[in-house]
Amino acid sequence: MISKSFNLYKLLPWVVTCILLSPVLAIFLSAFSVDESGSFQHLIDTVLSTYISNSLLVIVYVVLLSILFALPCAWFVACCEFPTREKLQWMLMLPLAMPPYIIAIVYTDLLDFAGPVQLTIRALFDWQPSDYYFPEVRTLFGASIILALSLFPYLYLLLRGAFLTQSAGLFQAARTLGVTPLRAFWRVSIPLSRSAMAVGISLIAMETLGDFATVNYFAVHTLTTAIYDTWLELGSLTTAAKISSLMLLAIVILISLESYSRRKQQVYQRNGSGNTELRFVLTGWQKWGVLAFTWSLLAFSLFIPITTLLYYAINYFNASLNNDLMQYTLNSLWLAFLVAILSILVALLVNFYQRLSPGLGAKSSIRLSSLGYAVPGTVVAIGVLIPLTSIDLWLNDLLLGLDLKPVGLLLSGSLVILVLGYLVRFSAIAVGSIDSNLVQVSPSLDLASRTLGNGPVKTLWRVNIPLIRKGMLTAFILVFIESMKELPAALLLRPFNFETLATYVYQFVSDEMIELAALPALMIIGLGLVPFIVVNRLLEKKT
Amino acid sequence: MSIKKSLKVLLAGTSALASSMSFAAEEVNVYSYRQPFLIEPMMKEFTAETGVKVNILFAKKGLIERIKREGKLSTADLMLTSDFSRLTMFTEEGLAQPVDSDILNKNIPSQFHGAEKQWYALTSRARNIYSSVERVGPAPTITYQDLATPAFKGKVCMRSGKHPYNVSLLASIIAHEGEAKAKTWLEGLKANLARKPQGNDRAQVKAVKEGLCDYALTNSYYLGKMLNDPKQVAWAESVHINFPNQATTGTHVNVSGIALTKYAPNKNNAIKLMEFLSGDVAQQMYAEINYEYPVKEDVQPSKLVASWGKFKADDIKLSDIAAQHQAAIKLLDEVKFDL
Repeated sequence: MISKSFNLYKLLPWVVTCILLSPVLAIFLSAFSVDESGSFQHLIDTVLSTYISNSLLVIVYVVLLSILFALPCAWFVACCEFPTREKLQWMLMLPLAMPPYIIAIVYTDLLDFAGPVQLTIRALFDWQPSDYYFPEVRTLFGASIILALSLFPYLYLLLRGAFLTQSAGLFQAARTLGVTPLRAFWRVSIPLSRSAMAVGISLIAMETLGDFATVNYFAVHTLTTAIYDTWLELGSLTTAAKISSLMLLAIVILISLESYSRRKQQVYQRNGSGNTELRFVLTGWQKWGVLAFTWSLLAFSLFIPITTLLYYAINYFNASLNNDLMQYTLNSLWLAFLVAILSILVALLVNFYQRLSPGLGAKSSIRLSSLGYAVPGTVVAIGVLIPLTSIDLWLNDLLLGLDLKPVGLLLSGSLVILVLGYLVRFSAIAVGSIDSNLVQVSPSLDLASRTLGNGPVKTLWRVNIPLIRKGMLTAFILVFIESMKELPAALLLRPFNFETLATYVYQFVSDEMIELAALPALMIIGLGLVPFIVVNRLLEKKT
Repeated sequence: MSIKKSLKVLLAGTSALASSMSFAAEEVNVYSYRQPFLIEPMMKEFTAETGVKVNILFAKKGLIERIKREGKLSTADLMLTSDFSRLTMFTEEGLAQPVDSDILNKNIPSQFHGAEKQWYALTSRARNIYSSVERVGPAPTITYQDLATPAFKGKVCMRSGKHPYNVSLLASIIAHEGEAKAKTWLEGLKANLARKPQGNDRAQVKAVKEGLCDYALTNSYYLGKMLNDPKQVAWAESVHINFPNQATTGTHVNVSGIALTKYAPNKNNAIKLMEFLSGDVAQQMYAEINYEYPVKEDVQPSKLVASWGKFKADDIKLSDIAAQHQAAIKLLDEVKFDL
């Protein structure tokens, strides 16, 4: 009996991992079929090196900018005391609700040569186009800034959590020894937050690598451009799959290196109460500096885009009001909710598998189940289509063989495929945020519980899950918001007569009609913000 | 109950469930590369006339791949595209089926359908060169080739070379002049660009208005669209529309079109819709609402479009241009046009 239930623990995570991995595998396998078009060689001969260096540069810039934005913010909010700190600590998460393709369209509209900012400059000083220098918006660096503005909260969220839960004793020791805030930051906070930093950076790097909409909008051509070109224009799925596989390989190597370098480091939280009593109280120029930094970051990532969208939404209200908008909203909402719940289940499953039977197998199941995150949405979409349409075709043949009525595209023509596509892409977020929370729970707690006669499941339920409640709520919000914003997979996988807010916005964004995109875009943002604020209030009350 | 039997019951249940979900009403399913808001008026009119509901699924990328994967189970009846390279790709993949309809034959001239009638064009549009009213004036004799000459250095704006409209233009130049000459042209054009290719067609006109460049490569109907948008009317008024290559090969023309899918489950309704879209009412709407050129010969373009004058269109076969599609994409990579 014991051995039977034990097998189930082992089996279930692998079944889930296999389901999530099947689309990625399908792509990977296509990479090995013979390519007669010669388009891979063509790419190598022409643009591939530029695409690779662009991809690398965008990732490096986005990661560096995100650290620059998130690290100070997280530390100020967690370890310092200054006015508006309590507001800031949750508001700094809100930019996550902003889809990067919306921020992109807003800033190009504002800062473009023919946009209001440059028009005003020219009118004010009576300048001609050649009389002044204004940085180009549509550049690689511009795209990186936009991506960082909407992605930095990932890192902020993880770092703040890490800073808050770091052992108060260590911090107290540092304070007792009379270190300055800066020194405490470098010597205590940073080393202890390495796991959160690593998870955050890899999430951001993967999201950046998979992005197409934003870089494409900024006329920056990366590896995702190569995938789309070879696959959709040159008709070579093989070449596209080769490039995707190379990207995947890069991600796998990166993640393994990171976890290898961290293999001996074990940091457990013993006291979750945080270091609230020990915050550095900021005064004078320090206070003003921190206020200026944090609030202007919020202005650029949140207030300016929202204000611009509001302006357009109000001015074009009648033109953009649509009877079906309510339906699209509901569609987006319940889809996002369902995916968020499912991905938490996936994350719990693979994470606890690792906790119960640590080892290479469990570790691989965690890594493998997260691979889909780094793959561009459209590629995931086709990756999901391959196994599901095969099952559908097989099922229909089977039914016909049994003289039953065929069911058509039961899986691939319904929302099943969309939900699976989202899960493939976003489980990584849930897995990551629960993982980074769970590693901080000392195994001695598990041992204590087991010694007291509780089985592994009861231990998980009674001891671990309550301790990672925060991680689970964070995972829920993050996946919920990502699903609200998700575009490429939804566009390609949705069934007839099913629009989400994002796919509805896209038909206007794709034609750069910001005025008509504004109202539904605001709804995406607004609906992303609500659960954020609610859950956050709940969390703040409990701690 | 044996396993086999219970499996059979389960499958029967699934089958019953699926058929109860399927639809009673008359309908037709369209995969569309064109934005829904551009075609909705015609579809609404069709539903009003026939009672057949039109379901549109829009995406800019990957619809052909999706339909390919769905195979014989696909619920899509029609594929609607905004250029002919996708139409030919669709038919070459063996995803379309020929339609022989007297109405379509009568409404759509033969140069506007596939060799075996696997696709039909519904509208056509010219690839124009707009010139600045303030700095250039009308340029009736301009050619696409001019844009690559030194006199135009730093004066040209256009969207990504990889956009289907530009790929088709380049493919037509390859078809006319061969790959080597086309490459020289493309390099010359790249050297003359005022900025890296970016934005959509309207954004190029906006750039002309703001003085960033003097010439913009843009489709014909955008001028009509912009004149009807209070925010954009000033951009539209800052440019002249010119039809290039009037003395030589004629202006490059692209089409939007439609094809019946191989496994269309609602074939009758789909053909009904094709016929409707080629008919007077829909063709008139395409002309008046979208400022496109109707393919039906006795339907006139809108007043505004007619005011731009008649022009000589490049009469090269669309299939000859489509044959150069891949060569054009590769050429764009070779000269790193967008980079």
